[in-house]
Amino acid sequence: MTEKFKRQDGRKLNELRPMSAKVGVIPNADGSAMFSFGNTIAIAAVYGPRLLHPQHMQDPSTGILRVNYDLMSFSVSDRKKPGPSRRSQEISKMTEYALLPVLDLREFPNTVIDVQVYIIQADAGTRTAGINAASMALAHAGIPMKNLICSVAIGKQDQEIIVDLDKHEEDFEEGEGATDFPVAKIANTEEYTLMQLDGKIPPARVKEVLALANKSCEEIYEVQKKALKEVFEK
Amino acid sequence: MSSMDIANVTLETFKKLFSTGQRFDLRKLDEYRNIELGFDVSNCAEGSARVKIGKTEVIVGVKMNLDAPYPDSPDKGNIMVSAELLPLASPRFEHGPPKFEGIELPRLVDRAIRESGVIQLDKLVVTPGEKVWTVIIDIYPINDDGNLIDAATIGAIAALRKAKLPGITEKNTPDYKKRTNKSLPLNANIPLSISFYKLGNSIYLDPTREEEEATDVKVTWGISDWNGKMMIHSCQKSGKITFTQSEIESMMNLIEKKYLELNAKLKKLI
Repeated sequence: MTEKFKRQDGRKLNELRPMSAKVGVIPNADGSAMFSFGNTIAIAAVYGPRLLHPQHMQDPSTGILRVNYDLMSFSVSDRKKPGPSRRSQEISKMTEYALLPVLDLREFPNTVIDVQVYIIQADAGTRTAGINAASMALAHAGIPMKNLICSVAIGKQDQEIIVDLDKHEEDFEEGEGATDFPVAKIANTEEYTLMQLDGKIPPARVKEVLALANKSCEEIYEVQKKALKEVFEK
Repeated sequence: MSSMDIANVTLETFKKLFSTGQRFDLRKLDEYRNIELGFDVSNCAEGSARVKIGKTEVIVGVKMNLDAPYPDSPDKGNIMVSAELLPLASPRFEHGPPKFEGIELPRLVDRAIRESGVIQLDKLVVTPGEKVWTVIIDIYPINDDGNLIDAATIGAIAALRKAKLPGITEKNTPDYKKRTNKSLPLNANIPLSISFYKLGNSIYLDPTREEEEATDVKVTWGISDWNGKMMIHSCQKSGKITFTQSEIESMMNLIEKKYLELNAKLKKLI
């Protein structure tokens, strides 16, 4: 590690942006939450379990989880055309896969639990903020869960492994460029529920990424837990 | 991954076999099937290839268009990857808007190719800020017997290696009839996708269709020997259960060896 390396916002390599979280932000929903990493703000609403339509999609052995993730049109510099894109469809599916391992929906046959995740303001790390919000919203809705899911993007700028990249860091182009490695895991376990990556990282250094993810997810877990307690211990 | 279709008895048999390191076709868990490559499958394409891994067969064609560059990269060409999961290739595929599998496949190939930097996009500029080449990689599975993603990436890189630039007319449009003998500006590295599939606690590579249907979760890694240095370029976990940290670490221990093995095979074939 070079000691000279400085992040332009002055953060340490292993320092997350300031996080905030709030539960119960959408009164209509059965569960809801907001989660932010610095300037990236995600909100999530949970509706259900409710009867799934069309009927032929129902599964009599279990309820199903259906996630929809998207950016609000004004959340990015160049306006994003409203409506689903291939990117948003992929992230929706990955978010679903990230959340499913802690859920057991066999108690709710023929139903669907809809999770709606929207990004109000995007400064990189939107899928991870969205997963953190969705996990809290599911807990708020009282869906039986084994544990919370914590998600963070680990990255690499040239040779340095850093946590929670902002947009400026994600656009870094010198040396080995920028790598974005968003992960999610079941809190306090070694079980990974989301792994995606874009960039350049030697296989031998993935270990360092996981170590940093473990540490960061512990911090995220505390933020999520505190926000949930504020609602349930009132 | 629809495990709906697979019989429980098959699933249990796979679990038992895999847990003792065995497969129906006698391969080792980390062993690929035989790989074959063919070229020039369609002469209107700027480059094309046919890849077979066992009974899985994929055709990939490269077409080139002249377009305006993206505003944020005026001095770079573009890459586009598409795939159509034709009902021709499998009883599982249906006409109509793409399902998730059909969205994921080209996006994974795109990321493996793009992030490896194998296409020198800055050399695809015809008139800076105005006209650049778009490299379009179109993927068509012909017979799906599992592991389409790894096959598609091999097909894509093979077709890119064989592609020749079209001519350019006086009006600055592509002249497909007057193909030049100039190859695409490519680096020497060969990006590949290597996907790890998991059932129970067993992890295996290159599944047949039936083995893939038994899979609980998979993760696809894009990898290349970037400037002589082994680099992971992309990754996506897809499926309803988890990978543990130690599973991820053992994949990272194996992946370089697998890459070098495939790379050596392909170098002979391309």
